[in-house]
Amino acid sequence: MTILDAFRDGGRSLQQRIESAFDAFFGSAGNPWRHLGALGFYFAWIAMVTGIYLFIVLDTGIEDVYTSINYYTHEQWWLGGILRSLHRYSADALVVVMLLHLAREFFYGRYHGFRWFSWITGVPVIWLVYASGIGGYWLVWDKLGQFSAIASAEWFDWLPIFSDPATRNFLMPESLNDRFFSLLVFLHIGIPLLLMLALWAHLRRGSRPDVFSSRALGWVSFSMLLALSLIKPTVSHGRADLAVVPTALDFDWYYLFIHPLMYLTSPLGLWAIAGGLTLLLLVLPLLPHRKPEPIAVVDPRNCNGCRRCFDDCPFTAVVMDPHPDKPGHELARVIPDLCASCGICAGACPSSTPFRSVEALVTGIDMPRQPVSKLREEMERRIATLVVSPKILVFGCECAADARRLDSADTAVMNLMCSGLLPPSFVEYALRSGVDGVLVTGCREGSCAFRFGTQWADQRLRGTREPHLRASVPPARLCTTWADPHENDSLEIARDRFREHLKILGADEKRLRAYTRRTAHHG
Amino acid sequence: MDNAAVSHPHAFKFTPLSIVGQAIFYGLFALIVGYFSTAPRYQHLAPDHALIKLSFSHHGQPVTECRKRTTEELAKLAPNMRAPMACPRERSPVTVQVELDGKPLHKSVIAPSGLSKDGTSTTYQRFEVPAGEHTLSVKMNDNLRVEGFNHVREEKLTLKPAQIVVIDFSADKGGIFFAQ
Repeated sequence: MTILDAFRDGGRSLQQRIESAFDAFFGSAGNPWRHLGALGFYFAWIAMVTGIYLFIVLDTGIEDVYTSINYYTHEQWWLGGILRSLHRYSADALVVVMLLHLAREFFYGRYHGFRWFSWITGVPVIWLVYASGIGGYWLVWDKLGQFSAIASAEWFDWLPIFSDPATRNFLMPESLNDRFFSLLVFLHIGIPLLLMLALWAHLRRGSRPDVFSSRALGWVSFSMLLALSLIKPTVSHGRADLAVVPTALDFDWYYLFIHPLMYLTSPLGLWAIAGGLTLLLLVLPLLPHRKPEPIAVVDPRNCNGCRRCFDDCPFTAVVMDPHPDKPGHELARVIPDLCASCGICAGACPSSTPFRSVEALVTGIDMPRQPVSKLREEMERRIATLVVSPKILVFGCECAADARRLDSADTAVMNLMCSGLLPPSFVEYALRSGVDGVLVTGCREGSCAFRFGTQWADQRLRGTREPHLRASVPPARLCTTWADPHENDSLEIARDRFREHLKILGADEKRLRAYTRRTAHHG
Repeated sequence: MDNAAVSHPHAFKFTPLSIVGQAIFYGLFALIVGYFSTAPRYQHLAPDHALIKLSFSHHGQPVTECRKRTTEELAKLAPNMRAPMACPRERSPVTVQVELDGKPLHKSVIAPSGLSKDGTSTTYQRFEVPAGEHTLSVKMNDNLRVEGFNHVREEKLTLKPAQIVVIDFSADKGGIFFAQ
């Protein structure tokens, strides 16, 4: 294990503990740690919507820009002032959640393999967020804006891109004119539009991107920003004066920390730090990583074009093509570069039922490492080893709490690549093959390495998503419990409680009719 | 059946404890966002200091004199290119030396920009100096064919704290000038 792996794994463990703890207070849908990306979008939208009003009322004259902002801050505090504060604080909160999102995705190892594109396209997003935010400070044209504009110009002057130093634009009061602020407004609108474009690219490789926070999360976050705006309204520094150095500044460290960093080092030093960190982020996906699992394979003879794999794939890796032989029908196709090898598609395939009486169980879309036929074989073999009642079969997940620890005389464990790989019919098959209860476990929602594995598995078992578990399966004999890798004890407790529950339930109560598999040479 | 760690979104129910927990979290989040949005205060320049900025964008003189082309030389040129004078494109680098109260503050030789070295020599430097009375002396040479400095300016200045003095060059303003 490399130092990077150790750092990442340690961070992930800490992250998962924090998220689990927050689930108790927020629930997974309202847990801000699990929806940092959506929160980032939410804060960006607040900044943009409030920015529209500020754009309307802003006077871009060199003398008027400061006066107009101050007027709306103080005289029209109940609208302009609050919107200005919301604009500022939502932009600050955006930086906080963006950096936390970056750290979280790194800790979860979501930066290489099939995720490289989302990671790489996230890097320019960081630059664009900072460019948008810093440009906003200049627009106010107070002492802080003056300081930031000059410091930024001094930084960019290190690059050999200007024929005249950009700093010469700020040398003397007469160096500036009204057009400068028109340009700033143009940039402060144009760069966020570029940011939206970059975010669009950032989300290209995931289906159902988490860009809209839940209603509860949205309202509480907005209320927080509004309360902050009322308690501590954003105000300007004194009017900019190019003949005087801004000395003591009430600083926005989220965006402007780069300026003190430059004066602490040098323009070159800051370029080295910013460029080095950017390069590091870009290089991370290229570092050696574990060899990816073989990707999903479509079997055209068993694919009926139902589109469930297409609907459920979290990474848009499955597309539907016109069937070459059956007009009006479709056939699934896997895009190799996008496939995460999670198996969620195999769990979604209606052909993945173990009740099929074919000689060789082949499904419409399958995982080479854990094909459905092997899963059925292993399940039958594992059930046969159970000697103590109540007999429990556990479907575990390789990414979640270690289900293999539960293996014992009354508990057999089938560890899946992802809980989303489990076709619900396997639960019924197990119950009709002699087990007294089935426990399904996987990552907590939001921790799933493949985004929707837990969610889809849960919905299929609850009967709200196709393919669903048949209604005839007694819910009392099924337990779902979601536990992250640090929650092995919770999983064990859940199994023990399930065991006691099954003992109370008795052997015959709510039991499905036994099933013996017949085999035939045709499907 | 009670589950030990169910995290299904629909399974979550608000309780007084969860509301208190959320209030504490969002309160802390607001505190962090609000605090670092304006604090701690950044002291960019020591309170008793002023700033001198040296900046100019100036074409140095041609490295050699223009000379008159001979008849033979002119004959070899295309008719539309027969300019009587041949002037070099390359410009002299600009040497600048700044002294404060007789002590050297800065010295540099600024090369002309451009592949043919025919562009302007540009610079931007900032010097933080104690406020108060100073003698500021700036010397410049923009002509390789001249020994020593061909532009000089020296002034006694009284700098207030946080004041900015700009050293610039403009032929229209008589060469080196101080703006304050």
